[in-house]
Amino acid sequence: MFVITFLATIGRTFLNFLRVSGRLAMFAGRAMDAVIRPPFYPRLILKQMASIGYYSLPVVGLTALFTGMVLALQIFLGSARFNAESAVASIVVIGITREIGPVIASLMVAGRVGAAIAAEIGTMRVTEQIDALTTLATNPFRYLVAPRLIAAVLTLPILVLIADIVGVFGAYTVGVVKLGFSPVAYIQNSLDFLQVMDVVSGLAKAAVFGFIIALMGCYHGYYSRGGAQGVGKATTNAVVSASILLLSADYVLTELFFAQ
Amino acid sequence: MTPKIKLSGVRKSFGQKMVLDGVDLEIAPGQSVVVIGGSGVGKSVLLKCILGLVTPDEGSIEVDGVEVTGLRGGARSEVLRKFGMLFQSAALFDSLTVWENVAFGLIEGAGMARGPAHTKAIETLARVGLAEDVAELDPAELSGGMKKRVGLARAIATTPEILFFDEPTTGLDPIMGDVINDLIAKSVRELGATALSITHDLASARKIADRIAMLHDGRIIWQGPVADVDHSGNDHVDQFIHGRADGPIQMQVLKP
Repeated sequence: MFVITFLATIGRTFLNFLRVSGRLAMFAGRAMDAVIRPPFYPRLILKQMASIGYYSLPVVGLTALFTGMVLALQIFLGSARFNAESAVASIVVIGITREIGPVIASLMVAGRVGAAIAAEIGTMRVTEQIDALTTLATNPFRYLVAPRLIAAVLTLPILVLIADIVGVFGAYTVGVVKLGFSPVAYIQNSLDFLQVMDVVSGLAKAAVFGFIIALMGCYHGYYSRGGAQGVGKATTNAVVSASILLLSADYVLTELFFAQ
Repeated sequence: MTPKIKLSGVRKSFGQKMVLDGVDLEIAPGQSVVVIGGSGVGKSVLLKCILGLVTPDEGSIEVDGVEVTGLRGGARSEVLRKFGMLFQSAALFDSLTVWENVAFGLIEGAGMARGPAHTKAIETLARVGLAEDVAELDPAELSGGMKKRVGLARAIATTPEILFFDEPTTGLDPIMGDVINDLIAKSVRELGATALSITHDLASARKIADRIAMLHDGRIIWQGPVADVDHSGNDHVDQFIHGRADGPIQMQVLKP
């Protein structure tokens, strides 16, 4: 009896996984269709770009600054074990542009923006505003989902570029003020080993992460049910699923860009 | 004459629960029909099936003689442009101002420029008794009665052929409820629209209906002119309109 119950539980979980995956894939398909087909809503896209980009600047900037500072300190202390302190600037700039910048900025945006998207669309769902949109002959995917997806994909790379610059500046400050590097030598070391691909790969990752964050926020909000509790659950699920998916995508993209 | 709306054998279940079990209903052009029934009998589901927000499991729904179940894309939008809908909670877009809510169907649905749409929105607000200074407010700043008026203004702004009202007086005091009923009756009359309302408020039904239909156990169990509702000869209708606990309709209540 225990074995049957155990197997049934596994079966139910697997079927539920397939159901959710299928629903998410269909949602993503409808969302992409809405992105490429008119009507487009430039005003809404700009509004979302301000919401996602401009209002995320403080949290992304501060996170990047302190992460860059910590990274410089840690790499200096670690590299001192094998007398490689001079590599600090190079390692920091590569680490920030390839990995730390895109991942830290995107996780911060997932927490701030992913949750906000899920809460807003979820509230619209439970208060019948999405039904009202439909009855007014307006496709909710084109009006609500597409502007958020487009804005997130366009804005995240800009945010990550800023995070890269602020992070490197934080590391530079620690390197020069605390660790005693020469300002000119630090900058020279950073630029000597930095390649265009390091920055471009980070920005490409950011665009993909932006898509994931907006998609998860819209998906969980769109299918939220049951009033305030349902919206709260949608918000949590949006942040958790976006964070896990973007870290998974990070590995896949790193393999694609850099695997030999 | 082709009915404006015709439902034949519409069925809809959610899991094991059969909500609509073969609904047949015809509404003639220009007629105002009110569907009454207890809470949870599927009145809102019936409305959502016609609007295309819920897909029926079986049956046919025709608007102007055209089958609308399963319509998608442009064809669906064409049908939706004939509709105006007042939601139970008004469902105003809280990210837009009052006038933007009223003008939404004009701007996004009909492609009108914002300037003329603003003028039209102010005119429509005046028709439901709201002054111009309300236009720039956010929906969160409005009372329940004002929200219903704005919702009504949004529903009629595009001059629809068919109006739907979902529990239009729920949550309002009797006086404001009567004001809304008067506005609904006036709007339907002025537009010459066909109207389908759902409510369990008999006072509202008597005021806005030409014909009343009662939904129970997933079917229309009685329908007739509003004047006949008091002598329908149907025990279910009698129990409902007199609000009696005893009778053929058994409410699901926990007894001590």
